[in-house]
Amino acid sequence: MTSEAVIFYAFAMITVGSAAVVVAARSLIYSAFALLFTFFGVAGLYVLLGADFLAATQLLVYVGGILVLLLFGVMLTHKLYDLDLRSENVQFLPGAIVSAGLFAFLVGIFRKTAWAVGPGRPPAPTTAEIGRLFLGPYLLPFEAASILLLVALMGAALIVRRRKVA
Amino acid sequence: MIGLGHYLVVSAAMFSLGVLGVLTRRNAVNVLMGVELILNSANINLVAFSRFGTGNLEGQMFAVFVIVIAAAEVAVALAIVLTLYRLKRTPNLDQADILQQ
Repeated sequence: MTSEAVIFYAFAMITVGSAAVVVAARSLIYSAFALLFTFFGVAGLYVLLGADFLAATQLLVYVGGILVLLLFGVMLTHKLYDLDLRSENVQFLPGAIVSAGLFAFLVGIFRKTAWAVGPGRPPAPTTAEIGRLFLGPYLLPFEAASILLLVALMGAALIVRRRKVA
Repeated sequence: MIGLGHYLVVSAAMFSLGVLGVLTRRNAVNVLMGVELILNSANINLVAFSRFGTGNLEGQMFAVFVIVIAAAEVAVALAIVLTLYRLKRTPNLDQADILQQ
C-alpha cells in the first residue's frame, strides 16, 4: 500500500466515522464537535485531490463560520441552565433502511457507470487560476453570489427581529 | 492507486449519513448538520471529478459556489429556527405544526 493510500484511508475513516457520530450522537454538543472532525477530514481529502485553495476555504468558512454559527444555534435554542442538550432520533429504523438503500444504489451506479476519466490534473497551485476564472468567465455568477450573500444577511436579520406582540 | 471510485464511495457514504440525519433527528439544528453533510459530499464529488476528469478547474469553481450557498443557507435556516424557538419554546421539528391548526 502506498503512502497516498494510507493517508486517503485515514482521512476517509475520519470523515465517514465522525459523520456517523454526527448522526448517531445523543448530545447536540457531541454532534457539533464530530462535525468539526468531518470538516477537517473533507479538507484533508481536498488536499489529496490537489485543491489547496478549496481546502483552506473549507477550513475558514466551515470550521470558522458555519460550525460556530451552528454552535450559536445550539446554545440559543436551549435554556442556558439546561445542560441536557439531548436530541432524540425518531423513526430510526425506516430512516436507516432508506439511507442504506440509497448508499447501495449510489455505489451501484458509481461502479456501473463508465466515467470519462481524462488526463486529470496533476497537483499544482490553483489559487491564481481560480482568481483568474472568477474575474473572467465566472464574473456573473461571482456577482450573483455576492448579492445572494447580502440578501441572506438582510433576510436573516429581518426574520429574527423582535416584533412587538400585537 | 487511489482513483476516482474511492472518492465517490466516500462521498456516497457521507451523503447517505446526511440523509439519515435529516430523516431521523428531531432537533432542527441537528437536521441542519445533516444538510451540511450532504453539501460536503457533493463537494467531494465535484473536486474529485475536477482532479480525474479533463483537468480543468470547473469542478472546484462549482465547489466554491456550493460553499457560498451553504453559508447563506445556514444563516437563514438558523434565523428560522430561532424564530421557531421563540414561538414554541422548543427546537424540535415535530412540534412545529402551527400551520396545521
